[in-house]
Amino acid sequence: MSAPILKVSGVSKRFGGFTALDGIELELGASERLGLIGPNGSGKTTLINCISGALTNDAGSIVFEGQDITRLPPHRRAALGVARSFQIPKPFRSMTVLENLRVPLEYAARGRTERRRIDADALEVLELIGLKNRAHDSSAGLTQVDMRKLELARALAAKPKLLVSDEAMAGLSSSEVDEILEILLALNGRGVAVIMIEHIMRAVMGFAQRLVVLDAGRKIADGTPQDIIRNPDVERAYLGE
Amino acid sequence: MFRNRGDVVFWIVLGAVLLAGFGVTQTIANEYYYTAIYAILQATIMAVAWNILGGFTGYVNFGSAAFFAIGAYTAVALDKWLGLPMPFLIAASAAVCGLMGLGVGYLTLRLKGVYFAIATLAMAIVLETLINNWDYVGAAKGVYILTPEKVPFFSSYIQLLFMVMLALTLGSIAISRYLNASRIGRGLAAIRDDEVAAECAGVPTLRLKLISTTLMGAMMGVAGAPYPFFVTFVDPISAFNLFVAVNSIAMPMIGGTAHWIGPVIGALLVGGAQEVITVTVSSELNVLIVGIMLVLFITLAPQGIVGLVQKWMKRRKR
Repeated sequence: MSAPILKVSGVSKRFGGFTALDGIELELGASERLGLIGPNGSGKTTLINCISGALTNDAGSIVFEGQDITRLPPHRRAALGVARSFQIPKPFRSMTVLENLRVPLEYAARGRTERRRIDADALEVLELIGLKNRAHDSSAGLTQVDMRKLELARALAAKPKLLVSDEAMAGLSSSEVDEILEILLALNGRGVAVIMIEHIMRAVMGFAQRLVVLDAGRKIADGTPQDIIRNPDVERAYLGE
Repeated sequence: MFRNRGDVVFWIVLGAVLLAGFGVTQTIANEYYYTAIYAILQATIMAVAWNILGGFTGYVNFGSAAFFAIGAYTAVALDKWLGLPMPFLIAASAAVCGLMGLGVGYLTLRLKGVYFAIATLAMAIVLETLINNWDYVGAAKGVYILTPEKVPFFSSYIQLLFMVMLALTLGSIAISRYLNASRIGRGLAAIRDDEVAAECAGVPTLRLKLISTTLMGAMMGVAGAPYPFFVTFVDPISAFNLFVAVNSIAMPMIGGTAHWIGPVIGALLVGGAQEVITVTVSSELNVLIVGIMLVLFITLAPQGIVGLVQKWMKRRKR
């Protein structure tokens, strides 16, 4: 593994008396593809909320490219190159698809984007995602799969080094899942590290180079997909004794 | 300033309006017209200011009257204490109400939607109680203001204030228009659409919301500063009038909130109608008229007049 781009050490998060995360350790190499799996309520979304800054962890530290980002608000992390997509798409509904991408280009990727290149950059992202023909349509009128694509496109427009994709494929048809997978692979091919949370096992197994399994706020396994499916702890977490 | 042809047209129109206003003061002596137009101008600034937070950023402020009144009372207090000239009073009101706006901005950290609206309304009530008990500015019985008999260039003080108000109105429209098309304006729109997603797209949401509330407060303070001198008497009931707050919301809603011109159209239309109705029908009825217009627009054309025009233009293009 190359030098880690993200280092999560001893991260814990409590909500009242409930421990959502308990001493999570995680390292991610630059341009690595990581799958994050675990039963419902195991803390996957809490963990990526801590990584993207939507939540602040109670203990432990998060280091991104050698910089401690534990206390930074989400917009600063976005500017450093941490992007995320949301499980339930959150488009800027009053804007067109293209305008949706202008926001991260003008804010998160500011300083890494030339001002007069903004529209060109946005169109390039839309081309890669396959939404170019909808560029000037209202984002509120998109189909479900196009909304997911817009979600990824907007994350991508922030010119991230790490993309956290939270169940980008839930509820999509099999061919649509393949479309999204292709986009994520293309992205990764450009050197972006990806953390994928996904319940569709076919998608995670095909995509991830490494899997991390969470259960009840603890990391119970970390290894290649082949090792993970043979791991008895993982089997117990998913299927019970 | 002149980025494209639209900018040139905008500034020419602004200049023309200002010149026309000056022309009016040199030809018309009847003070009624100044009183009527002043009321419309004041409503325009309030509507434009409300729209910066309500329309661009998506936070509904029900306490506009408080900003207006504090602007007015700041001017009253400083006039009585130091006797400062009008430009300083306006600047001071802008500063005080801007700070008030900044405070309200921090409320957005915890309050959204209807809770934020209620908090601003509560703030207005608290501040009214405060002024009601502040003897230096007349407390509940109000205060009379002495205005100069003679002024340079104009035949009356009313006309001078009218020109001041016209310039302030045009200035506030220019600020709102610039903001609407700027990078900050796009950040505010992102906050309005989805605050969490905006933050993750790199938008410093708190900072932009504070800019928005501060600007709104300062502009409302500016609208309030000349008011005591124009009417020469001010008391808490007239300054904290709920009608000011309702107008500030109704006018942008009727004109259209997403575009800078919306509140201007709304203020001219509703404000103009109010003045006409006050004279021709009754001064009580105009409150009812605004209410009916607001209900009609919210149910039939929630995007306001600007939205109707945009829809119509889109249909014509096809």
